[in-house]
Amino acid sequence: MTDGTTDPLTRPLPAPTPRPRFEAGFLTPYAFIGPALVVMAAGLLYPVVMAFYLSFYDWQIGLELEDAPFVGLTNFGRMLVDHQVWEVLWVTIRFGFWTITIEMTLGIALALLLEKPIRGASVFRTIFILPLMVSPVVVGLIWRYLFDARVGWINYYAGAWFGIEPQIWLGDPQLAFFAIVFVDIWQWTPFIFIIVLAGLQALPSEVVEASTIDGATWWQQILFVKLPMIRSILVIALLMRLIDVFRGLEVMLIMTGGGPGRSTELLSLHIYNRAFETQQLGYASAISVLLILIVFGMSAAILLLANPMRERSDV
Amino acid sequence: MSDRVRDDALRQLGHYVALLILAAFALAPIWVMIATSFKNEVLVQDSTPLWFFFVPTLDNYAHILDRGRFDRYLTNSAIVATASTAMTLLLGGFCAYALARTSFRGRQLMANSTLLVRMVPPAVLAVPAFAFVLASGVENDLVVLTVLYTALNLPFAIWLLFGFYKQIPVELEEAAIVDGASPLQVFFRVLLPLMKSGYAVAAIFTFRIAWNEFILALLLTGRRTRTLPVAAAGYITDTGVEWGRIMAMGTLIVIPPLLFTFFAARQIIAGMTAGAVKG
Repeated sequence: MTDGTTDPLTRPLPAPTPRPRFEAGFLTPYAFIGPALVVMAAGLLYPVVMAFYLSFYDWQIGLELEDAPFVGLTNFGRMLVDHQVWEVLWVTIRFGFWTITIEMTLGIALALLLEKPIRGASVFRTIFILPLMVSPVVVGLIWRYLFDARVGWINYYAGAWFGIEPQIWLGDPQLAFFAIVFVDIWQWTPFIFIIVLAGLQALPSEVVEASTIDGATWWQQILFVKLPMIRSILVIALLMRLIDVFRGLEVMLIMTGGGPGRSTELLSLHIYNRAFETQQLGYASAISVLLILIVFGMSAAILLLANPMRERSDV
Repeated sequence: MSDRVRDDALRQLGHYVALLILAAFALAPIWVMIATSFKNEVLVQDSTPLWFFFVPTLDNYAHILDRGRFDRYLTNSAIVATASTAMTLLLGGFCAYALARTSFRGRQLMANSTLLVRMVPPAVLAVPAFAFVLASGVENDLVVLTVLYTALNLPFAIWLLFGFYKQIPVELEEAAIVDGASPLQVFFRVLLPLMKSGYAVAAIFTFRIAWNEFILALLLTGRRTRTLPVAAAGYITDTGVEWGRIMAMGTLIVIPPLLFTFFAARQIIAGMTAGAVKG
């Protein structure tokens, strides 16, 4: 008896097994995602909502929260005319401008110069990420020592190498500002260098070679081939550094406490000082709301304008 | 031809010199800390740089270990960092897995919002967390810190692990399901072994951030629950700064992150570039 099904050539193809779906099990994706969501809601969302809530109250340390008077938008009105807030905002903007400009320029330039893979590159890469791994508190302590007017080494080398008279670095508004910019550059330039380098080395070599054959000069190659191709990396690096400018406060808190005056007081540090030095928790929350709006607005603007995620099709 | 060889050799030499200068710049301050931690009070007060050749002393370390209640701070730091790392990996891993493998309502929103919460400045969390501890009278500050650190780290961990899960072909899991494995078995038997390096990167980043964090720890911990960075900052007093002891404390604090760097530099760089470089 010949049945068509016994002949491998004529047998009909088996019906495809239905693709097993993840949801088919007893656990839905929500069960996998839920716990993480709950923790993020408790640790991030709740505090942010709470900051908005507190910003409507005149709450000071020593007062029970229930006894704090509701003051509506008073805190925000006060903020608009508070020259201290505008002053620290200006310090933050200047700090961001100088650190990011110098770090991006140096980091990109170094990556372009040292792009060619060499022997021992991994040793150097390891060394370059060390500054990033050191606790911000310890970074602040190290540099406070180095910039110290009496025992610090900066005065020695500034004199020996550049003929600069000994200075009270952290006691002078301009020098202290220079010092915190310098420390930030020390810590973060290697980060820009490493991620730009990773991007450059991942570029398909054919494209670069093709432009060489077409007669592109070194400069043309950088400006019109390489940098445009790593555009999304550059945008994300810029975004991460911008966000950090509004997040960081530890190094300044340890090195200068924001002083002298408010010359090194970034917005984040100002919130901390307002809340826990002058003990105005409600008002500090209102400034927190300003900080959140700035960071989110800035990030949204950059992501919309440059859209670095466009190429990340997997999201 | 020989000109070209010579040019190449020169270029490579220049390359190395540039890298060496950069490396020295990156390392010098860290070395200053380590060297100072082994100096006696007289040497510390001398502002002439003394990099290598001096008679080392362990006095600073002895002081910290004997009288500084170092063991308590170390225990606190270790508990908080380890617990929040474990929680982040567990919860973040599940979440990233589900995000990478399913399409459900809200998935896109979820993926985007993990990026958004990454931007929340810790200073913003400080006042509400302080208010919460005041209002609720929670006794154990370390639990509050652990939850906060987990929350702070989850977005990045999810983002990172998501990328790693995406690289594993879905056919592997399908085959296991056809063979009758439950979702949990698929997760633990099939996926986890392939995800080792992904989890290692996430663990290093999470541990480092929890270990190094200062502001929230400063506000939320008391005398008994202080973590190492808070204790280190405490050595700066109005009456004077004991630099030798501070640097010894700093050196002890950076040991775990430095060890990670030496053993897992490649993974750390992979983690840093994960958000920036495709794939």
